Amino acid sequence: MDYFLSDEEKMMVELARKIAQEKIKPVREHYDETEEFPWPIVHDLAKADLCGAYIPEQYGGFGGKVFNLVLVVEELCKVDGGISLALAATALGTFPILIAGSEEQKKKYLPDIAAGRKLAAFGLTEPEAGSDATAMRTTAKKEGDFYVLNGTKCFITNAGEAETYTVFAKTNPERGPRGISCFIVEKGTPGFEFGKKEKKMGIRASVTRELIFNNCMIPKENLLGKEGHGLMVAQATLDTSRPGVAAQALGIAAGALEEAISYARTRVQFGQSISSFQAIQHMLADMATEVEAARCLLYQTARMMDANPGKRTTKESAMSKLYCSEVAMRVTTNAVQILGGYGYIREYPVEKMMRDAKITQIYEGTSQIQRNEIALQLIKESAAKK
Amino acid sequence: MPNQINVISEKCVGCSLCVNNCPFGAITLTERPDHPKKLKLAVIDLHKCTFCGACIESCKKFGAINLIKEEPIKLDIDPSHYKGIWVYAEQRHGEVSPVVYELLNEGRRLADKMQTPLSAILIGSRIESKAHDLIQHGADKVYVFDDPIFFEFQDDCYSDILSHLIKEEKPEIVLMGATNIGRSFASRVAARIRTGLTADCTALEVDLSNRNLQQTRPAFGGNIMATILCPRHRPQMATVRHKVFKPAPRDPNRKGEIIKKTVDSSKIINRTKFLEFIKDTSAKVNLSDADIIVSGGRGLGKPEGFKLVEELAEALGGAVGSSRAAVDAGWIPYSHQVGQTGRTVSPKIYFACGISGQIQHLVGMGSSDIIVAINKDPHAPMMKAANFAIEGDLYEIIPWIIKKIKKSRGIEA
Amino acid sequence: MHFIVCIKQVPNTTNVQIDQKTNTLKREGVESIINPFDEFAIEEAVRLKERTGGKTTVITMGPPQAENALREAIGRGIDNAILISDRAFAGADTWATSYTLASAIKKIGDYDLIICGKQATDGDTAQVGPGIAEMLDIPHVAYVKKIEEITPEKAKVERMMEDGYDIIEMPLPSLITVVKEINTPRMPSLRGMMASKKAQIPHWTAQEINAESTNIGLTGSPTQVMKIFTPPQRPGGEKLEGSPEEMAASLTDKLKQLQII
Repeated sequence: MDYFLSDEEKMMVELARKIAQEKIKPVREHYDETEEFPWPIVHDLAKADLCGAYIPEQYGGFGGKVFNLVLVVEELCKVDGGISLALAATALGTFPILIAGSEEQKKKYLPDIAAGRKLAAFGLTEPEAGSDATAMRTTAKKEGDFYVLNGTKCFITNAGEAETYTVFAKTNPERGPRGISCFIVEKGTPGFEFGKKEKKMGIRASVTRELIFNNCMIPKENLLGKEGHGLMVAQATLDTSRPGVAAQALGIAAGALEEAISYARTRVQFGQSISSFQAIQHMLADMATEVEAARCLLYQTARMMDANPGKRTTKESAMSKLYCSEVAMRVTTNAVQILGGYGYIREYPVEKMMRDAKITQIYEGTSQIQRNEIALQLIKESAAKK
Repeated sequence: MPNQINVISEKCVGCSLCVNNCPFGAITLTERPDHPKKLKLAVIDLHKCTFCGACIESCKKFGAINLIKEEPIKLDIDPSHYKGIWVYAEQRHGEVSPVVYELLNEGRRLADKMQTPLSAILIGSRIESKAHDLIQHGADKVYVFDDPIFFEFQDDCYSDILSHLIKEEKPEIVLMGATNIGRSFASRVAARIRTGLTADCTALEVDLSNRNLQQTRPAFGGNIMATILCPRHRPQMATVRHKVFKPAPRDPNRKGEIIKKTVDSSKIINRTKFLEFIKDTSAKVNLSDADIIVSGGRGLGKPEGFKLVEELAEALGGAVGSSRAAVDAGWIPYSHQVGQTGRTVSPKIYFACGISGQIQHLVGMGSSDIIVAINKDPHAPMMKAANFAIEGDLYEIIPWIIKKIKKSRGIEA
Repeated sequence: MHFIVCIKQVPNTTNVQIDQKTNTLKREGVESIINPFDEFAIEEAVRLKERTGGKTTVITMGPPQAENALREAIGRGIDNAILISDRAFAGADTWATSYTLASAIKKIGDYDLIICGKQATDGDTAQVGPGIAEMLDIPHVAYVKKIEEITPEKAKVERMMEDGYDIIEMPLPSLITVVKEINTPRMPSLRGMMASKKAQIPHWTAQEINAESTNIGLTGSPTQVMKIFTPPQRPGGEKLEGSPEEMAASLTDKLKQLQII
């Protein structure tokens, strides 16, 4: 399908494809096996100017559009859904600064991130506060020119490798959802440490750790936005970042579809290519249709967001993320099915794609939470009409 | 008047023979809707055409392509003033390179045919003693330039001295090894004396009628062979790869003339400064000189496959080689690569394990005495080139070969 | 400092195959690429500019479509590009090519270091780099694997040899040809790609570089192609039959008979 990409967008896709094919494809198995952090690839992405695709030009980026991020992440994830997460998770950690940061904060933090010199991470989830962020226990107590952070965040992507963290903590526990604030915390701040590295099912090239704050003193200038506005920042961030996860899911699905088609064409059983069997043909047709539908929904959402900066797009973001991740799971599962025994072993990439796909239904809001959000918006919209 | 080539549209039948034969992809077919039989027409892209004439050959039947090659500008030289065949006796750190003896062998053959003397040019420092050795291997004359300035190879001073001698003595043919040294300064010499140089020749012949040297070399990654002439300039210069020709036999009784040239080092151009030589002490892969080579290719399927290749090489007492595909995949270092962009080898026996036999590989090992191919694909070009072709899974077959060899060695011992 | 890179557009020969039936090259789908060795030259020039400041220029002699190779070089960080293009250049051998490129470089005028790939994959001659140096009357070092030091006056380089490497000091301006050990070429960047799209690339003709007509193209080439042919195939041999064990046994027997083992 023709999405009428601009020359600039085509260039980004072409470049991302080149890096995916030439740099990522040869090492994707290695990083999946070893669970090492793919620094060399991050450097390649940085040199290619792709780290700043979603950051405005005045901060050293390349256009500041969500659609740019979507195109790049999709293309990279066609080959590997884990390695490029370093980039997507940095975007997630950077959006709070883009959304709520002051001019000084933007100038201080964004150029390094846009140039790929530093990675970022987003610290919201806690052991007891997953889908329900208001249950968080981390606190930030104001003392003079500082906030003192105490508490633990978990399942934080890029933790330990990133330099810049956007962290949510309760500045006023009595006020509930309105007592949460967002801070920038730099790696190396005394009292800020990392927990053990999680061993995961998929996206194993990506690193997931705990953030541990123990009387960690951060300067008051590091408050993002106003005190008590944290949850709003988090929600706006997730609205903006969910297309990124959707793009990851879409990329994984599209990659698996490609593998399935090319395998079906060459695999011979009963004296003919298995692509000549209707059972396989129908599977491929459904997979391709779903991938295309997911792409339409996602691209249109991203373009809508870019056309109306500042406007909330909770419903569309949630729909994109929900649909793309569900499609990714179905398509990768079917790809494994089409490859049969070969699909189940690690010599072929589709079992990894299936493992990688699963996380997209879970993080940055589970599929169930997305449905809640969508339904809530539907009801709100309906109520507003009367 | 520049060169001209054109397709005679009345004669062209659009058969595409020329399209397939053009090594430069310069010919395409276009539709001729107004042709009574709707025959297509060949069109030559003059930007790509090099006027090589391959299309003329292919169109013999129809004679539809017309090539008028402009006679190259005749220079102020009289070929009859140029006499003798020279071999540049390359030495490094006082040792004459093995390719020199091969050049002396081939040079001797050509010199005898052309009834002209064969000379060796020896440039270096304290290398005079090597001159006799060159005579014993077939040289009639050896010119020796012995001076500390030539202790280490530097392009400036080596090309300066060789160009001067060529201008002075006017040889007909100059042969050099296609080594790093030869390839680096031969071109400088040819540029200075305004003559042709053909790189990496694999065959030499001479046309006695005009004393032209027919220099054959692989082109396009070895996909095609080209025979090159240097008809209007002298000397005719060529570099030749190691192992293409057999080395000259040594005759201890052979006599010849040694001409010591005086060197005024102050007059020699020498702008670079040699600082240091760092020897490569890592285990050297001496593929070029190995009698037995076991090579692995893409068909190994994984880097670990080279363990098996090494085992077989060890059992046979041979060296390990590889195809370009295996090197590109990062399974084995480049120093093992055999072929057009790697080493040329000529062992007694060459095992090609999981190597399909791309032409680029075949040109690097095609002169092996015996080739054994092990491949799943019976139609692989290597299986056709092999003296012994074994179809099957190399992971099953090689262990058996190793076992059999060890067994036969055991019985012998 | 000013670094000039000479590149060549070549067919991607690694994918070229022989049509078994007609014994000719299969040409369909053979794309044109930057000569792989020239990519190291481009990368080295960009790195030198990053190291010492200055500018980089890439030149090539070729048909109008060779402009694509120049644009790609700009995408990888080169500042300027010039295409040397004229029908009169067609059929040039290494002598005439060296002459043409040297003439263009004379027209460019100021330069400190010329960088070439060690050879092109279509011709594999490795002759043009040293040829250019000779015609410009500057020193050269071939097979450079590292530039240890560089100042506007001189460079210290490592030259790869069969038995190790030489360290050589060369005055500037001069020319080097580089081997693949010298660097790992970077990917193009978005900024570079934008620049390459917008770049104005001048085309210089034979007249514009003041090239003598007797020194260019086929006319100026001392060497001429007498004929082109496909390499003769080795006569086929024997196909061994049987189980893996039997085949291995019969092979060892044969090799023993031939007194190889």
